[in-house]
Amino acid sequence: MDFGFNADQEMLRATARKFLENECTSEFVRARMAEDAGFTPEFWTKLAEQGWLGLVYPEAYGGAGLGFVDLTVLMEEMGRAVMPGPFFSTLLGGLAILEAGSDAQKKEWITKVAEGEARVTLAWTEPSARWDAAGITTAAKASAGGFTLSGTKLFVPDAHVAEALVVAARTREGKNADDGVSLFLVPKGTKGLSVKLLPTMDQTRKLCEVKLNDVSVPAGALLGQKDGGWAPLARVLERATVALCAEMCGGAQKVLDMTTEYAKIRIAFGKPIGSYQGVKHKAADMLVDVENAKSLTYYAAWAVDENVPEAALAASMAKAYTSDAFRKVSGAGIQLHGGIGFTWEHDLHLYFKRAKSSEATFGDATYHRERVAQLISL
Amino acid sequence: MDFTLTPDQEALRARVRTWLTAHIPEDWKKFGLSEVPRPEAYEFLRKWQKTLHDAGFIGLTWPKEYGGQGLTFVEEILLHEEMALAKAPPMLNILGVGMAGPTIIAYGTEEQKQRYPAKILSCEEIWCQGYSEPNSGSDLASLQTRAVKDGEYWVINGQKVWTSLAHVADYMMLLARTDPAAPKHKGITYFLLDMKLPGVTVKPLRQITGDAEFNEVFFDNVRVHESQVLGGVNNGWAVGLTTLMYERLALGFGLQVRLRITLQSLVDMAKRIEKNGRAITKDPVMRQKLAALWIDTEALKYTGARAVTKLLRGELPGPEASTGKMGWVETHQRLQELAMEIQGPYAMLARGADAAVDSGVWQYSFLRSRANSIEGGTTEIQKNIIGERVLGLPKG
Ligand SMILES: Cc1cc2nc3c(=O)[nH]c(=O)nc-3n(C[C@H](O)[C@H](O)[C@H](O)COP(=O)(O)OP(=O)(O)OC[C@H]3O[C@@H](n4cnc5c(N)ncnc54)[C@H](O)[C@@H]3O)c2cc1C
Ligand SMILES: Cc1cc2nc3c(=O)[nH]c(=O)nc-3n(C[C@H](O)[C@H](O)[C@H](O)COP(=O)(O)OP(=O)(O)OC[C@H]3O[C@@H](n4cnc5c(N)ncnc54)[C@H](O)[C@@H]3O)c2cc1C
Repeated sequence: MDFGFNADQEMLRATARKFLENECTSEFVRARMAEDAGFTPEFWTKLAEQGWLGLVYPEAYGGAGLGFVDLTVLMEEMGRAVMPGPFFSTLLGGLAILEAGSDAQKKEWITKVAEGEARVTLAWTEPSARWDAAGITTAAKASAGGFTLSGTKLFVPDAHVAEALVVAARTREGKNADDGVSLFLVPKGTKGLSVKLLPTMDQTRKLCEVKLNDVSVPAGALLGQKDGGWAPLARVLERATVALCAEMCGGAQKVLDMTTEYAKIRIAFGKPIGSYQGVKHKAADMLVDVENAKSLTYYAAWAVDENVPEAALAASMAKAYTSDAFRKVSGAGIQLHGGIGFTWEHDLHLYFKRAKSSEATFGDATYHRERVAQLISL
Repeated sequence: MDFTLTPDQEALRARVRTWLTAHIPEDWKKFGLSEVPRPEAYEFLRKWQKTLHDAGFIGLTWPKEYGGQGLTFVEEILLHEEMALAKAPPMLNILGVGMAGPTIIAYGTEEQKQRYPAKILSCEEIWCQGYSEPNSGSDLASLQTRAVKDGEYWVINGQKVWTSLAHVADYMMLLARTDPAAPKHKGITYFLLDMKLPGVTVKPLRQITGDAEFNEVFFDNVRVHESQVLGGVNNGWAVGLTTLMYERLALGFGLQVRLRITLQSLVDMAKRIEKNGRAITKDPVMRQKLAALWIDTEALKYTGARAVTKLLRGELPGPEASTGKMGWVETHQRLQELAMEIQGPYAMLARGADAAVDSGVWQYSFLRSRANSIEGGTTEIQKNIIGERVLGLPKG
């Protein structure tokens, strides 16, 4: 048994931290928040040069062939820097193509993703805000030589800067909701596809409404089996959830670091506030939250990498715990900073908002606890 | 990252499992399956530990020359897991096995190492921990029990309190002040005290459970030979802290594994009990609470596994090692409270009532769990330690 990172992974962490400290400063993040795109082409090229855009894809498709434990390290560091931009959404789209796509589709799209030439996102949730297959009501009707898609997708990350969208739609009303979901690769600019950027509380995360108004796609746009899209999609979501948890852990750790540093230097009543137990004990509670969130996340990363039977349970446990932990830790961080923590100028609110948007992504703690309850047969 | 076991470890697991199925005595059930040794079960548990020892299942991480098996913490965890799964009786000499033995092996003279550890494992000699005093609990270094040199002997006077198992113990890990002039951490010595020496008086104290599990211990001119000093005169603070570190590590694993099994029992109970015409486990609020406990319990396990990994790699445990005790306490107390909530009005019935759920064992463990955040260092003290030693915050 060995539950730790290896030397290569530690090296990846050090490299990523240094890179992001230089390239993804607070000024950079804030500039991206204020713009629509959320990233710059130069920054994207640098991510590609590092090999991070293709980290988890097979070498045959231009990727680095690494796993989710490696990705965990990278995502932690990106979370630490509240990195804005379409990295995570492109991971979602890329994983969907990897899971469901044909060899030709993967050769074309994953290679472009890994090289930084294309961004792809995943459009699956709808205004009903359901995380299960029943939430997919966008219709895909067979038409001459292909399909016609109609419906509305909501909470779609970075659709406004994606070269293509993986759209989950219903090709038939099956016996149960899982049956009849299909995935389609829809390039930007396809007729009838409209994307609207929405204002978000967490400005580092850009979300869109995507309308499909009788969008015609050729038969070749289908990713994987017709009617059989839910299984690969569920697998993508399970794995992306773990990656998201890793990003959240990195953010929570950074808040703890900022808070302890501040508590050592901020003087009140003649002493550093960190010497008061009202502050010290809260900081200790934060540490417990952060460490446990990491433990569950690392385990889940290992579990999805190894594809062990309890991977789904591991992912839900991690998301449930980490959702609460990051929210609590980032809230406590603001509290222990006093008035300065409530300012726009201080970075704490970036983490606090990221915690909230991440919590609400892929199901919050309550949702995942119920999933855990089901998976342990309660 | 790798969670697989070596073939040897798998074999050990299988061996322990088979052995436990064959050897857990039938009459264990009549003692109510309590995880904490209860006084009426002491004699039974003494025999049980001897049986475990004869089978080679105690002291796995101890060096072979002192009665152990020279294995790693992974094997130790496996063993604890299997024991918990099999609902095996607890170890009576837990303070000896978890604390006294490892400390003696770390600091003892060769003579001491030959003399004590083996008998700890076999349960021939039970140990207790004489640290706390009426005026020194959390602030342990302020302890007042005095030891004054007289020829080859140290003469002990003073009092200990809350001393678990002192009423059945053969030996005590005793901290006493040998240099009152020195700064408080520097004048303390660690003694291996024979409880049968003249002048040692033990008075049991009844706890909120009704059991008398801990005691007051009085020393009236108790003469201890100087060969019974462990780790050098006035070095007791360092030695004593080592004991506490082992307490957290060794006892910690067992506790966390057991927590998972207790949780399983709780879930089983929740499935049996109905509320408003359906099983408790179908109630959405209860599902949330049960799942939260499940998740927290798993988190503790994996945080523990990260700490163990550092040890196995020969590194110093990091922040993840310090949070275990506190996390376990919080989760265990919440579990016991949920057990009461699940029982509804049946929570009011205790052992002896025919209608009591699971013969009233939950009522006992619920009450006993209140001590968890006090014994072995209070939660407040744990938070101070984490804040100061791990996070580097200034002392108050
Ligand atoms: C929205 C907003 C509006 C405000 N409006 C006004 C206003 O109109 N007029 C005005 O004068 N002020 C105003 N304030 C300031 C507010 O009163 C202070 O922020 C507050 O008193 C805390 O002081 P501080 O920010 O300097 O934090 P600090 O005093 O530096 O405290 C930092 C952290 O240390 C903790 N701490 C400090 N001392 C101790 C101790 N002894 N024991 C335990 N913990 C301790 C605090 O609880 C806090 O968590 C406002 C603040 C906000 C956020
Ligand atoms: C069931 C049980 C078994 C025990 N077995 C043993 C045993 O075998 N051997 C042994 O030596 N001892 C044993 N103890 C004693 C235990 O170690 C002490 O009770 C514990 O260390 C606390 O000391 P105290 O009771 O004197 O409380 P105090 O130290 O007086 O603490 C009272 C309260 O004040 C808080 N407090 C104290 N100092 C601080 C601080 N600096 N900051 C914040 N809060 C503080 C504490 O957290 C606590 O809540 C046992 C206790 C129990 C309950």
